[in-house]
Amino acid sequence: MENTLQAVPQNWYLVLSTLLFCIGIMGVLFRRNAIIILMCIELMLNSVNLLLVSFSAYSGNSDGQVFVFFIMVVAAAEVAVGLALLMSIYRNVASTDINVLNKLKW
Amino acid sequence: MSLYLFLTLAILTIISALAVVFSKNPMYSVLWLIVCFFTIAGHYVLLNAQFLAIVHLIVYAGAIMVLFLFVVMLLNLNADTEPHKSNLTKIASAIAAGLFFVVLIASMRATELGEFNLPNKTSIGFVEEVGKKLFTDFLLPFEISSVLFLSAMIGSVLLAKKEKK
Repeated sequence: MENTLQAVPQNWYLVLSTLLFCIGIMGVLFRRNAIIILMCIELMLNSVNLLLVSFSAYSGNSDGQVFVFFIMVVAAAEVAVGLALLMSIYRNVASTDINVLNKLKW
Repeated sequence: MSLYLFLTLAILTIISALAVVFSKNPMYSVLWLIVCFFTIAGHYVLLNAQFLAIVHLIVYAGAIMVLFLFVVMLLNLNADTEPHKSNLTKIASAIAAGLFFVVLIASMRATELGEFNLPNKTSIGFVEEVGKKLFTDFLLPFEISSVLFLSAMIGSVLLAKKEKK
């Protein structure tokens, strides 16, 4: 099997990860459920990871993969804290609808 | 061959990401996100990042998505409890995301991406290479990330604990 790096231009990876990022943004903007918003943030983080990996592969330097490693660490910590917050919010207002939480809205 | 592999994986990734956003039932959203993560792991394998692909599967599909599934089941969320949203928000957010996509693509077209000499070695994603980088050049961030994990652990336990009256 021939090398992927020769068969696929890098621009395609740029477009793919941009598209994934925009889908994540769309989800964050129009879903009301806080869990789905967290999932869309995960999607955006993953699109950036894909971009970093593609740059690291096309330039032959593994620094980018180490950065992806750290992004995964931060994402795992973020999800743990976010879901804990969500649980305590659900305990107080019995809903995960973010429109209920509008006390800080002017 | 690998071109078709890339195209198939890319289409699957986009479709599953769209399904995450548009599923009515949060349960289906979580399951589609797992599919999306598997296809992204496939992209990593295509890009010679084998170690990262396995770590991605273990961390995301194995740990994070189980956490999500657990919370969705614990809160008993389904399509009936899904908050209602107006069509106006849907259209507005789709237009906003689409415009952002156009801006990003336009700025990428305007950028001069330097020509890479395609590397010959395919071992950049092996455990040996990444581990060497991690424990020499990136030792300090690696150690600090353990502190981050500790604080996240303590924080989530404290947050999820029942409050005393």
